[in-house]
Amino acid sequence: MADEVILLNFWPSVFGMRIRIALAEKGIEYEYREEDLWNKSPLLLKMNPVHKKIPVLIHNGKPICESLIAVQYIDEVWKDKSPFFPSDPYERAQARFWADYVDKKMYSIGRTVWTTKGEEQEAAKKELIEMLKVLEGELGDKAYFGGENFGYIDIALIPFYSRFYTLETFGNFSIEAECPKLMGWAKRCHKRESVSNSLPDFHEVYDFVVQLNKRLGIS
Amino acid sequence: MSTDEVVLLDFWVSPFCLRAKIALAEKGVAFVEQEEDLFGGKSELLLKSNPVYQKVPVLLHNGKPMCESTIIVHYIDETWPSPPLLPTCPYERARARFWADFIDKKVFEAGGKTWQSKGEEKEVAKKEFLEILKVLEGALGEKDYFGGDSFGFVDIIAIPLTSWFDSCEKFGLFKIEEHCPKFSAWMKRCLKRETVAKVLPNPEKVLEFVTSMRKMHGVE
Repeated sequence: MADEVILLNFWPSVFGMRIRIALAEKGIEYEYREEDLWNKSPLLLKMNPVHKKIPVLIHNGKPICESLIAVQYIDEVWKDKSPFFPSDPYERAQARFWADYVDKKMYSIGRTVWTTKGEEQEAAKKELIEMLKVLEGELGDKAYFGGENFGYIDIALIPFYSRFYTLETFGNFSIEAECPKLMGWAKRCHKRESVSNSLPDFHEVYDFVVQLNKRLGIS
Repeated sequence: MSTDEVVLLDFWVSPFCLRAKIALAEKGVAFVEQEEDLFGGKSELLLKSNPVYQKVPVLLHNGKPMCESTIIVHYIDETWPSPPLLPTCPYERARARFWADFIDKKVFEAGGKTWQSKGEEKEVAKKEFLEILKVLEGALGEKDYFGGDSFGFVDIIAIPLTSWFDSCEKFGLFKIEEHCPKFSAWMKRCLKRETVAKVLPNPEKVLEFVTSMRKMHGVE
């Protein structure tokens, strides 16, 4: 029986990108449906009644919400190809820890950088750079966070690369200058087809954020 | 014979530490509790084992540290597979993780607002808190436990937070049983389990602790 896989998404969402990358890594065909977040579809509201958010992965009619949970699900269902996790429980716990670290703060701090000015923005910028440096430390000299293989932490973090240009432009700083190794990692990941096909154009993301700020009355 | 060394860096009233204790008890794993003095001075071991957050709980298994309670419970489940805490079916596992995540994002913070706030803010906090419990009641449905017939992952993530609920009720001026009888029944069911009853702190001591926190926050 053929699997029916649908992804409800919004193209600039870093969370949606995680699922797109995961599906691509496993070679899974799926139907992509773009949501209008100002006019959410009945399907989205039915599939994610608790949070009413994208992304939602729908597998044979059953919804999986929250991007990291969906990535783990994809890894467990299509387990014969490109595992995202190491097999050792301690290494798996480390992978979960770092993905959770990214999840806790990256988006909200980033959002503060592109929606505020002055002292608030400077503080957020400082916190963001600190976060990126911590991640760079964890990466060390490895090709990927998991070692030689692209895996869970890489999937959790690489979508934020699509926001780097936006952050640098709004925050007036260079992530490459602050974290050269992390940029090296990001470019390495972006060479993977699963990533380059899943991440939008960086300038388009910037234009989107500018438009969104206008729409929300943020000058 | 196992020569595992399992140490838990702990703080007696932390519901997050309780999650690890219950999970270890469910698996029958012996461990050493090392109480941290979070207000007086964190130990070198804690600062070294959790440099990123410097928080409890930290589980050290043969010297290797793991942080973040939900991640620790996952690790315990994978390392000592019997009895399983997560279901085997990937969809049910995703569901369990979803509810654990919901609980993590919402319950402690909302509960905290009920005992930290005054006046109108308190009314808003109470309403929000009870709405969250109602959503959890929906997830529970007619089941005995969140996963079905057996006590499992989501129950372990949720039940420790309830050790603070007496305080929420006292200071928030409401009774959970009146608004969320099914959730209340689930709480009582879990509290009958030895692994839970043995580790949950004395509710009066928790109340004393929350009262002192209120003073610290300038609410008392």
